[in-house]
Amino acid sequence: MSVDLSKVASTNGSTPAEAKGGPKAAGAIANWADERLGLGTAMKKNLRKVFPDHWSFMLGEIALWSFVVLLLTGVFLTLWFDPSMTEVQYNGSYDPLRGVHMSSAMASTLDISFDVRGGLLMRQMHHWAAMIFIASMMIHMLRVYLTGAFRKPRELNWVIGCLLLLLGTIEGFTGYSLPDDLLSGTGVRAADGFMKASPVVGTYMSFFLFGGEFPGDSIIPRFYAMHILLIPGILLALVAAHMLLLVYHKHTQWAGPGRTEENVVGYPMLPVYAAKAGGFFFIVFGVITLLGGLFSLNPVWKFGPYDPSKVTAGSQPDWYMGWPDGLLRIIPAWETHIFGITLSWNVMLPILVMPPLMLMVLIALPFLEAWITGDKREHHLLQRPRNAPTRTAIMVALMTFYGLSWAAGGNDIIAIKMHLSINQITYFMRGAVFIGPVIAFIITKRWCISLQRHDEGKLLHGYESGVLVRSPEGGYAEKHLPLPVEEAYRLSARDNDPTPETVEEIESSGLAGRHLKLRKLRAKLAAVFFADNVQKPTAEELHDAQHHAEHELHELEAQIAAGPNKHGPADH
Amino acid sequence: MSDAHNTDPHGGELAISEPIADPGLPAHTWRPTDVDPAKEKRAERQVAGFFGLSAICTVLFLVSYFTLDIDDDWHVFAGFGASTMALGATLGLSLMFIGIGIIHWSRKLMADNEISELRHPANSPEEDRTATLEALNLGIEESGIGRRPLIRNSLLGAMGLVGLPAVVLLRDLGPLPGDKLEHTIWGQGVKGKPMRVVRDGIWTPILASDLEIGDLVNCQPDALHNPERYDIDPTEVEGIAAQVHKSKASLVLLRMNPEDIKPGKDKDGNSRENWTVDGIVAYSKICTHVGCPISLNERTTHHLLCPCHQSTFDLADSGKVVFGPAGRPLPQLPLGVDDQGYLVATRDFDEPVGPSYWERDYYER
Amino acid sequence: MRLLNRSAGRLSRHRRGPIAGLMVLVCGLLLTGGLYAAFAPAQADSNQSQEALVKEGRELFLVGCAFCHGQNGEGVLTQGGSQYGPALTDVGEAAVDFQVGTGRMPMAQPGVQAPRKEVVYTKEEIAALSAYVGSLGTGPQIPDTELYSTEGMSDKQLEELVVRGGQIFLANCTACHNFEGSGGAMPRGGYAPKIRGVDSKHIYEAMLTGPQSMDTFSDGNIPPEDKKAVIAYLETLDEAPSYGGLTLGGLGPVSEGIIAWLVGIGSLVGFAVWIAAHTTRSSKQKDEVEA
Repeated sequence: MSVDLSKVASTNGSTPAEAKGGPKAAGAIANWADERLGLGTAMKKNLRKVFPDHWSFMLGEIALWSFVVLLLTGVFLTLWFDPSMTEVQYNGSYDPLRGVHMSSAMASTLDISFDVRGGLLMRQMHHWAAMIFIASMMIHMLRVYLTGAFRKPRELNWVIGCLLLLLGTIEGFTGYSLPDDLLSGTGVRAADGFMKASPVVGTYMSFFLFGGEFPGDSIIPRFYAMHILLIPGILLALVAAHMLLLVYHKHTQWAGPGRTEENVVGYPMLPVYAAKAGGFFFIVFGVITLLGGLFSLNPVWKFGPYDPSKVTAGSQPDWYMGWPDGLLRIIPAWETHIFGITLSWNVMLPILVMPPLMLMVLIALPFLEAWITGDKREHHLLQRPRNAPTRTAIMVALMTFYGLSWAAGGNDIIAIKMHLSINQITYFMRGAVFIGPVIAFIITKRWCISLQRHDEGKLLHGYESGVLVRSPEGGYAEKHLPLPVEEAYRLSARDNDPTPETVEEIESSGLAGRHLKLRKLRAKLAAVFFADNVQKPTAEELHDAQHHAEHELHELEAQIAAGPNKHGPADH
Repeated sequence: MSDAHNTDPHGGELAISEPIADPGLPAHTWRPTDVDPAKEKRAERQVAGFFGLSAICTVLFLVSYFTLDIDDDWHVFAGFGASTMALGATLGLSLMFIGIGIIHWSRKLMADNEISELRHPANSPEEDRTATLEALNLGIEESGIGRRPLIRNSLLGAMGLVGLPAVVLLRDLGPLPGDKLEHTIWGQGVKGKPMRVVRDGIWTPILASDLEIGDLVNCQPDALHNPERYDIDPTEVEGIAAQVHKSKASLVLLRMNPEDIKPGKDKDGNSRENWTVDGIVAYSKICTHVGCPISLNERTTHHLLCPCHQSTFDLADSGKVVFGPAGRPLPQLPLGVDDQGYLVATRDFDEPVGPSYWERDYYER
Repeated sequence: MRLLNRSAGRLSRHRRGPIAGLMVLVCGLLLTGGLYAAFAPAQADSNQSQEALVKEGRELFLVGCAFCHGQNGEGVLTQGGSQYGPALTDVGEAAVDFQVGTGRMPMAQPGVQAPRKEVVYTKEEIAALSAYVGSLGTGPQIPDTELYSTEGMSDKQLEELVVRGGQIFLANCTACHNFEGSGGAMPRGGYAPKIRGVDSKHIYEAMLTGPQSMDTFSDGNIPPEDKKAVIAYLETLDEAPSYGGLTLGGLGPVSEGIIAWLVGIGSLVGFAVWIAAHTTRSSKQKDEVEA
């Protein structure tokens, strides 16, 4: 599309620019396409679709664009990578491994790194992009949760997002394993141990996946098929669904003057949003390329080929597998041996139970909250984290659990870098993963409520002007000034919490048995959920407070006029 | 906007009217680039400048690609591989400059009027819903599925069964485990030639007198390098087969002061006294937690640490777990010497090595 | 482009260059002269000077070491019966040369593990101390240079040695010292130290004597030729360029994860804030300007 640069700024009138028929070439192409595809109707609304502007709305975009980078660099890598476990003698350019026997997968990874120009860069970019892909999905998820953007009608998009996170993690693990180097092989070996720990079918699962006894000759080709075909296919489909739903629901927005539940205010897709999103793609691509060029990642030539008898200190998975690995490190040696069989709680709990449980908790969060609060309305205005203290506290507690488990996964590195004992770190973590989230929950909830009080104070009494006034008695007081109306509206434009049902109300509703019990439980949970929250002031309260403040101000001024310091500086 | 706005049928009760009236969208204010032609021109030049810088970086990328060598003779730049670094830096900057240019353009020069669009509720209009439901019911009615339970039930049965091939087809992914996990190649010594213990990577057999107190040797079975001696087909210890053997047979050998050793009991309750040779003990190198190779030994305490999850085993005390998540001791290999004085395995491990699994038994040392 | 040199990629190139031949010649001459100067008189009067060295070492030992290791190196026990300073009667010269030569001994304060630090004694004093402790009993000698030096090997030999050394390194050393020799954690606050940038002689002595809690790798465990191979591999690691960029301490995925979050996500969120931030506004009205 040709755009005359010099004219753009001057099109910025006080109303949205009127289309002037467009440059001829663009119009001709659009006509050609419309006569064949009928795009006109579909594009009519969408070309000027409104997207609200906020930095936190772009976190998901980081994930999207790093996924695109993954596809691009991944295709490049497939041109040389040979996903085979056939043993070959390495005869490539890296001297210290020349002559060593290794799988074709490892040898071709070395070839990509040392014999293909830019190959090492692409390998590192692919790996950095994977780390950033999953990291950005997580911070995007945090933003969505903490602002209440998961509420009706967006619950299903939340579920899709959770599945994307799961698939991204599996995709990352399979990709990490493909080079068949010592570090990733150690990870696969551990995965074999996880599978074998499954009750009843463990060894069968292991023999089926590895095509025989570990390590077998099938795991790399099978992971490859999953990594480049199966999982990316599902990922693409889910990403498409995720974005279609985003377009259908329209983006959420922050409350503010003119921004309500009924509208969406922001810049049109064409040109501003398209430019910003497109520009951001290049920036994400660029940042990942710089990381790939400047920071060494997964130096497989130093690990050497996988050999089940070798291992290196600091054997860690990539960061996103760190938290279950941390749980594996801190769990006590719990195994049950009974009737000649073994139940390995020390493996099952951290890796077969906790991660799926965490995922289910995540998926359930929107539905749980909706059930407790009984809220069936649609929500398009975001909530500030402080205005949903319990929700915020739940997520911070989960984050604390995650963060502590994650740190436990690096306990050996923490030990050498901070001169601590891994044993002491492990003992500490065993308690901390339970106590930490509770403390975090309580602190967060009280913190949010104090922030709510602070907002209420600003609304009722105005903001601190920084002007100190001395009263006739010699006391000092700070003059508070009323907030600008936009700011006051922003603070007050939020929902009040509903009042939970009382026990009498429920009992008089004529329910019985299980329904009654559930209803009571719900009321109890709702009472806890909303406990101590600060509700926004009513119009009367605001009016009274303003009146009071004005009165006080007048009084203060009168006292000053009558008091000992009535003389201004000019009188001296 | 043509979007019809319906008030939400469930809403209303909680939507309290705002205490402060909505002041409405603030009036549009102008940017310096909107009102000052000089600034507008400057912004325009800046954007073009970013695109120009990007083009320069791309040219530098091409130059780097064709001038910097890799293969067996890398160009080096300040201790780094010059090719990776130059290609990454030039391509990265080239992409970033395009991105920065576009965003600068959108921020400074594109129209920045905020526009407002009405939302519509996620559900479809009532009449559409009614019509759809009607069509759905009509379709079900016309199919007669409700009136013909025989057809419905047999179809459900058939559909349920047709899922089975998808499961059955996966059967040939791998063989059944059998008793493979219970045996290692250590048990394949032949009469008069018990399996020798050899140094990993060096492949030489070991005399007890070779080792000093405090020596730790990473070992493998001789058969992996010398299969004919044990009447083993060489193809059984090549490539993947060798990896399979190593994943169970890898060994750590440790010579300690014989007085430090507390011999435990074997599977049948007999003492393990004669499992050692002059204070040399042999343990499986495969961690009993999830199977990492494990050889981080503290000479002074005989404690062996796993680098993956920090399970710690006491090699002087039957390999018992002293710390960490592993649930069972390290399996010990009974050692002896052959007629030439080399260390050998007198028989196989008396239990499976490696991580725990469901069918696996346990005995107290 | 002076930083850019073509010499560091392949092993074979390190030892070639226009001046290399000359340098080898000069080094050789200096070394011969130096060795002659050092050893010729000593050989002439070897026994006597050895005795003098031991005597000097004993004096140094009484001042610097005896408090923990006992007057005659017999070791000191605490009141609880645990080891305060271990007996040095059979540790050998190599152990002293390693411990004192890397600054681990004398320790600044008692502790589980002696950290590497500034070397306190001069070369001559270390030689004297080693000689004295060596005279107390048996134990490994200080290795001769040819045991660990790769000088004078052909490219082909060296390459084969490095490949072999890498495999032995991965089988025996990486478990504690990490794939890059960056070190790792051991139980109860212990650690396997970083072994990069350490004198080849000290690496050899460490394998031989098993300092602190390290296992020993005596000549019956890993033969001298294979020890040399490990040293050759470590030297290659030191000389090889970092092909992929900054190595982040060579600690593996933990440091990589930190970079992904701090640098990757950090900078991208920074860009997002910039992209969505409000641009500066002018107090002027467009109409005024146009009017």
